[in-house]
Amino acid sequence: MSEQTIKYITTPLTDETIRSLKAGDSVRITGPIYTARDAAHKRMTEALARGEKLPIDIKGNVIYYVGPSPEKPGQVVGSAGPTTSGRMDAYTPTLLEQGMKGMIGKGSRSQAVVDSIVKNCAVYFVAVGGAAAVISKSIKAQELLAYGDLGPEAIRRYDVVDFPAIVCIDCEGNDFYKVGIKKYSKE
Amino acid sequence: MRTIDVKVVTEAVSKLCKDACYYLPDEMMAVLEKSLATEESPLGKEILETLIENAKLAKETDCPICQDTGLTVVFAEIGQDVHFAGGDLYAAINAGVADGYVNGYLRKSSVDDPLFERKNTQDNTPAIIHTTIVEGDKVKITVSPKGCGSENMGALKMLKPADGVEGVIKFVVDTVRSAGPNPCPPVTVGIGIGGNMEKATLLAKHSLVRTVGEHNPNPKYAELEKEILRRVNMTGVGPAGLGGSTTAVAVNIEYAPTHIGALPVAVNLNCHAARCAQVVL
Repeated sequence: MSEQTIKYITTPLTDETIRSLKAGDSVRITGPIYTARDAAHKRMTEALARGEKLPIDIKGNVIYYVGPSPEKPGQVVGSAGPTTSGRMDAYTPTLLEQGMKGMIGKGSRSQAVVDSIVKNCAVYFVAVGGAAAVISKSIKAQELLAYGDLGPEAIRRYDVVDFPAIVCIDCEGNDFYKVGIKKYSKE
Repeated sequence: MRTIDVKVVTEAVSKLCKDACYYLPDEMMAVLEKSLATEESPLGKEILETLIENAKLAKETDCPICQDTGLTVVFAEIGQDVHFAGGDLYAAINAGVADGYVNGYLRKSSVDDPLFERKNTQDNTPAIIHTTIVEGDKVKITVSPKGCGSENMGALKMLKPADGVEGVIKFVVDTVRSAGPNPCPPVTVGIGIGGNMEKATLLAKHSLVRTVGEHNPNPKYAELEKEILRRVNMTGVGPAGLGGSTTAVAVNIEYAPTHIGALPVAVNLNCHAARCAQVVL
């Protein structure tokens, strides 16, 4: 696991890019990413269950689990750090089956999500929770795309440049939380 | 008897909400900087540096340290010689929260009904308000917004008295270990011991407003705080939960008398963005 390597990647993600990423890699992401958290995930999976199309083209794309604070006048976005990914676990395999290739959040994922990441050649990144002001600097533009009534939970496109993240679960199913904690445990 | 207009309370609470969300307490900043020297993981060090940079940037630009500006917890210690005039005290506190969150560009995260409607109240009210009556004619207000990443990782266990000190340590360390990355470590571990079920959880929450680095005045509990901190930092969870030796920066215990057959223990974890602001009126 190479902790010090920084890899610069662009979205949408190709399988080739995803295969080059290993759990523990530091990355900087450039390109469009899409925001969604609990409520938007619930609506997207309900729409799919009714046979409707998703409000965004999810193929190859990355979803960022975030509910930002409101932007001040003149600001592109308020503070925008990751939220806890585990709350999206129930919905994630459905979206991976639809072609979603990456997720950015914080915290552990269920085994069902790990299995679906491996099956669909995808990747789970973590951003540093609570580093919201620093992360916001990498967000250069945003556009509201769907579910505006959800406020901070709406789906937006963020155009990011060098968004800082760490590869947590790679396409082989390696989980850096487990690796990192085991390495420093003295129990 | 001293009369305080509740408008003064509203103005104070509004400012405290903003101050707490923008400015990490100096003591917490100092502890994060100090932990850079002892953190064993290179990635952990990098993460600590990011957290320090983030707190500085938030302070310079009056931006929330973290986008999850939480539910607003308010502790009000009210002198018994104070008379509030001009309206309802709880309404005045909530008006301050609404003003602070709306005009301070803080995220509104409160939903009205927890199970069915879950409709956002749009101004982060109602606050969670804890009032106590104390001697004197002053009012001390502490505003401590807390996000759900850490709040969701709290735990309560009704231990048996026979479980003793080791039982308490094991429960706390197990809670921190299983929380892993979710509460945004390095955390502050708030522990309430004794009382009954609701008393223990309130003690745990209240312990989190203590200034980082201070210990319980009872030397036995102060020693236990140090021992639990040592044990928690052996879990390997580390900064952001990605491995390392800085899992917690402080362990705060508050305790209360309890029943002959009881040993309640509550754990309330706080993230590294340990937001807290205080004023005495």
